[in-house]
Amino acid sequence: MIRALRTCFIALACIAFSAVLGASIWVIAGDPGQGNLSQLLSENMSRSGVEHPVTAVLLNFRSYDTLLEIGVLVIAGIAGISMSKTTSLEDPELRTSDPLLYALQRWFIPLMLVLAGYLLWAGADRPGGAFQAGAVLAATGVLMRLGGIPMEFLRPGLLLRLGLALGFSVFLLAAVVSVIGGDAFLAYPPGMAKPLILVIESVLTLSIAMVLLALFVSAPVNDAEDPEEGDPS
Amino acid sequence: MTPSLLYAMAGAVLCGIGLFGLLRLSHLLRKLLAFNIMGSGVFLIMVGLPQHHVGPDPVPQALVLTGIVVAIAATALAVVLIRRYYHQSGMASLEGEADSREGGPL
Repeated sequence: MIRALRTCFIALACIAFSAVLGASIWVIAGDPGQGNLSQLLSENMSRSGVEHPVTAVLLNFRSYDTLLEIGVLVIAGIAGISMSKTTSLEDPELRTSDPLLYALQRWFIPLMLVLAGYLLWAGADRPGGAFQAGAVLAATGVLMRLGGIPMEFLRPGLLLRLGLALGFSVFLLAAVVSVIGGDAFLAYPPGMAKPLILVIESVLTLSIAMVLLALFVSAPVNDAEDPEEGDPS
Repeated sequence: MTPSLLYAMAGAVLCGIGLFGLLRLSHLLRKLLAFNIMGSGVFLIMVGLPQHHVGPDPVPQALVLTGIVVAIAATALAVVLIRRYYHQSGMASLEGEADSREGGPL
């Protein structure tokens, strides 16, 4: 009885929450709005170094967000790795023995690597960019891991740390160098925007793929009677 | 009522559904899924509402793209934490809500 009452109450509260949200959306939509952000953006597109507006916002006009984002990703990756147990890396039970997967792998992995490279390059003038490419790269890694292809660089060590930190540190370096040069934080020097964005996007792709893959790998083995973790000794 | 406004309204409804799941469900994975639904609602609002005025607006789209990547990483971290919690405690729900029906193994 109390349980049903509680569910009722929570449901009512959630409906009220949705209604308030919807009402405020309706009010905001009725307001013509004085922000001319997209107009400002299209006027400054020629200075951004890329042709696609979303990439320009992500990597140039609002690159501070992207810098913080890769920072959050690195922290999440480090936290995930510190929760893992390293022995799970070469646990043979984790490998699937599906012959179909093995056959598909030979076709898919090269194709997906090419696709990731294309997505990275396409970000300059059409939808694409570091995040999409990083996601495809991470998916390739997941596929390789399921097929049991050894990936030594995922072992906790120098390579893993380097891969996790590379994107963030290169991005931060580019930001700090412009401060030292007397400019604003994260302001690219004129004429250098395109090569800088390309370098930052490439290392971001690597780091994003590395973080996602490390988080996938570090999810511990699902073996309930295995006492390795809550071991009182 | 334009289609883009419809997206924003659907986002508001998703926020409510996600909030209900977050409060009512006790299995931790379900809580995580509900939280993600709530996040998707926020993304829908953020993309749909500006489109109502000026057509596709790159600034909120870029913010949402950033948000999606952070949400994926946070979800993966939460799954790692949940599995660790399950390994250590043997429970798939939090302390006070252990009486629920759907608290099966992960």
